[in-house]
Amino acid sequence: MRRSRYLLSAGLAIIVAGLAQSAMAADEIKIGEINSYSLLPAFTEPYRKGWQLAVEEINAAGGVNGKKLVVVSKDDGGKPADAQTAANELVSSENVVMLTGTFLSNIGLAVSDFANQKKVFFLAAEPLTDAITWAKGNRYTFRLRPSNYMQAAMLVEQAAKLPAKRWATIAPNYEYGQSAVAIFKKLMSEKRPDIQWVDEQWPPQGKIDAGPVVQAVAAANPEAILNVTFGADLVKLVREGNTRGLFKDRAVVSFLTGEPEYLDPLKEETPEGWIVTGYPWYSIKTPEHDAFLKAYQAKYNDYPRLGSIVGYQTIKSAAAILAKAKSDDPEKLIAAAEGLSVPSPFGEIVFRKIDHQSTLGAYIGKTALKDGKGIMVDTAYKKGSDYLPSDDEVAKLRPKE
Amino acid sequence: MAFYFVQFLTGLASAASLFLVASGLSIIFGVTRIVNFAHGAFYMLGAYIAFTLTEQFSGAIGFWGGIVFAALIVAALGVLVEMVLLRRIYHAPELFQLLATFGLTLMVEDLVVLIWGPSDLLGRRAPGFWGAVDFFGQNVPTYDLFLIVLGPLVLGILWLLFQRTRWGVLVRAATQDRDMVAALGVNQKWLFTSVFAVGVFLAALGGALQIPRDAVHHAMDLRIIVDVFVVIVIGGLGSIIGAFVAAVLVSELNAFGILVFPKISIILVFLVMAAVLIIRPWGLFGKQEAPARRTPGLTVNPWRPLMLNERLGAMAALVLAAALPLIGGNYALAVGSEIAIFVIFAASLHFMMSVGGLASFGHAAYFGLGAYGVAFLAKMAGLPMIVSLLLGPLLGLLGAGVFGFFSVQLSGVYFAMLTLAFAQIVWSVAFQWVAVTGGDNGILGVWPEQWAASPSHFYWLSIGAAALAVVALRITVFSPFGFALRATRDSPLRGEAIGIDGKRIQWTAFVIAGTVAGVAGALFAYLKGSIFPDSLGISLSVDALVMVLLGGVETVSGVVVGAIVYKMLSIWLVSQTDLSKLVLGGFIVLIVVVLPKGIAGILETIGNRRRPEAPALLASQIDTAE
Repeated sequence: MRRSRYLLSAGLAIIVAGLAQSAMAADEIKIGEINSYSLLPAFTEPYRKGWQLAVEEINAAGGVNGKKLVVVSKDDGGKPADAQTAANELVSSENVVMLTGTFLSNIGLAVSDFANQKKVFFLAAEPLTDAITWAKGNRYTFRLRPSNYMQAAMLVEQAAKLPAKRWATIAPNYEYGQSAVAIFKKLMSEKRPDIQWVDEQWPPQGKIDAGPVVQAVAAANPEAILNVTFGADLVKLVREGNTRGLFKDRAVVSFLTGEPEYLDPLKEETPEGWIVTGYPWYSIKTPEHDAFLKAYQAKYNDYPRLGSIVGYQTIKSAAAILAKAKSDDPEKLIAAAEGLSVPSPFGEIVFRKIDHQSTLGAYIGKTALKDGKGIMVDTAYKKGSDYLPSDDEVAKLRPKE
Repeated sequence: MAFYFVQFLTGLASAASLFLVASGLSIIFGVTRIVNFAHGAFYMLGAYIAFTLTEQFSGAIGFWGGIVFAALIVAALGVLVEMVLLRRIYHAPELFQLLATFGLTLMVEDLVVLIWGPSDLLGRRAPGFWGAVDFFGQNVPTYDLFLIVLGPLVLGILWLLFQRTRWGVLVRAATQDRDMVAALGVNQKWLFTSVFAVGVFLAALGGALQIPRDAVHHAMDLRIIVDVFVVIVIGGLGSIIGAFVAAVLVSELNAFGILVFPKISIILVFLVMAAVLIIRPWGLFGKQEAPARRTPGLTVNPWRPLMLNERLGAMAALVLAAALPLIGGNYALAVGSEIAIFVIFAASLHFMMSVGGLASFGHAAYFGLGAYGVAFLAKMAGLPMIVSLLLGPLLGLLGAGVFGFFSVQLSGVYFAMLTLAFAQIVWSVAFQWVAVTGGDNGILGVWPEQWAASPSHFYWLSIGAAALAVVALRITVFSPFGFALRATRDSPLRGEAIGIDGKRIQWTAFVIAGTVAGVAGALFAYLKGSIFPDSLGISLSVDALVMVLLGGVETVSGVVVGAIVYKMLSIWLVSQTDLSKLVLGGFIVLIVVVLPKGIAGILETIGNRRRPEAPALLASQIDTAE
């Protein structure tokens, strides 16, 4: 008897909640969001906290054009095909006005292709591949984070100043690693024709056999090393490298290693003096970033990772685009987004009309060890707009519409 | 010279931990015949628990004690799993235990994130083994030296255990002939439990010993499990020495492979495994398995074609399914199309596995080849959709033709592993050959033409193809070819005696299954509009296996139910929760315990119980004859 009454009231509650939701729907504006929450929780958890903070701030300030902003979030399990299923559900069943998110490059591309086919606005958050805005770019897709090319250009600027002439590369053997090495080599050889590339190692992604790799690189005796590995591979590489003295008296330039997601797990093993791109949240002293940092720490009692910035800025940018477009029509959203300037914790950013890439930049600096933790020192913010090829070149890279 | 020697030592160090994990798996398989998919999960748990313990207790005793204690805790968990879960399903159809351990693996992957958090963890270095020793200008980490000593030491202990104790004698006897051991009055229950505990202990120890070198994270299990399968297959199942030699071989290949072929190190081990299996079908130290006594096909009710009213029922179900566009939206139709495509894919594996008795662990290769075939034809040759759909699967056929020829020379787990090796090779080529396949970034823009573009049209196309495929496979099952195939499955010797060329029949079945999988892949490419290497990957192959087992491996068309239930559930769960793996894994484990014959299998059993003339007597008589 008791139980049936309980069930009854639970059922009623669900129905009432459903009614309330559908009643509210008219004053809502829905954004769809997809990311690899179950596969890559280390990156997507801070990211989710970032965008949740943004949603809270936006709604506290009155929402978007008077409507409450709602983000419907889906997991893609790290599979492009599942990301498309999720995108389809968001567009067809949840009636979202735009898609955002994605972390892995292949998933970003899959959703971007879906967006192009179904004519839906898509703001890619984290994928790094250059293809998403250039070789396989389309008019429905925008991208927030600085691309592979931009990060390579920022690193090359520093790397070219090094005296080292003999270089070796270590990169995971898939599209991201291959293109990172290719761009770095190309830009570097343009600036420093005197450089020799003495060795390249291509460990399989996620399965590096670090000892032999370190040994092989050491045998080539390079003066400097480019590293593109990250995550657990990076931890293994650094540990073996430290033990075997690979990094002693050698310059190392490394993609992404300064991001707290990758730097923090290294703890007391953090190698010193690597030139890296990253996010030194502890040493950024700008009013925009202070405001973000305070709000984030107050809400979560935790420090932000780069993913937090990306998640936060994705939804902030999406809201700005919606506010300017004053419409759900994807064509109007594109028109609003092209050339749109948005404030961010890293300062003002612009979504370029020519290739839909945002000019969000990255911090560059050197790794150091402090109290048993890795940090970035000598940091400087590099604006994304300074590290993109000329408009003529970009126009050649992007397919004609 | 010093460099090559140090490279060799490094390889040996990697071999040690690989050997620990592999020997555990090998012992478990040898005695219980369980392909323990959860072995990687136990390895990972060992690392996580050791991390916690070594952080808690300082000093050398804290560290080493923590490592051993972690392995003991995980071994206790293993005992629990064996007693609560696996004991119930030893008599289930072959490979069904794989399903249970797969479910466990899924659960553990989510559980470690819940317990230990999502970030990668960095364990302490081993006290006393911090630095490196200088060897003619090359640095050799002292921890590597420790591992190099440990490997042979464990091998020696295991050897003594097996050769010099009564328990070891029983284990060896059970590995050779477990029915005989049972007949001699040995308590199999506790033998199996103890073997499982030892195997899990070794896996967890292998994991725990990784913490000074590796990062502890929630994907460790997948990284090791495939390598371990490779090792035990190269070495020969059930052979500890073989596992050791193969672990050294694989690790040295990695160590030296990167010097010679830096870009293909990922497939090198699979190439070697394929080569070993082709030359020595039972691995380096393995022995030919004794012919199985119980054959799966005979323990169930004999298969029969559908009766008239059942056919009408199936037609009605199809008509109902075809009416989905009347009520469902675009999303429902896309999900419906995806399910239909997976029905085709799973049915093709079922045909090979249940009818042919050939359990493939790499069936996704042919699915993916079909999809890539379509992508090449449509994107590069610019052919129209109909032509691409018809010709694309031919790439699956071609792949199945080549790989199938070698695979059917083997049987049982060796067959499964060779198919896995071929699938991994194909996957690696697609993943790394960026110039042709686009690598990880795949091939985009393979969308259907106008006539099939609307979700309802594509849905009808998919279920039409699924119905055709299932009917065609059923007809094949009850054709003379199907009978010959089943004869080869149930008794290769008798089949040969009446003039059936078993290998050729099996090869043909392999090619048929590969082609049908290619059809599913071709449709999948058009459904998603793009194709990525993960369509060739292990996880898709495992999905297909799960669908077949879930539906019931001993039924003719239970796989249709299995595919629909599994695919629907996984799409729904991924959409609803981030913990989809935990829930799905739990569901699979539950199904395994409650419905050990699969969903359709249990329905069939209930149906047959009502029919009094079920030939139970006949079945039991054949069962004991051989």
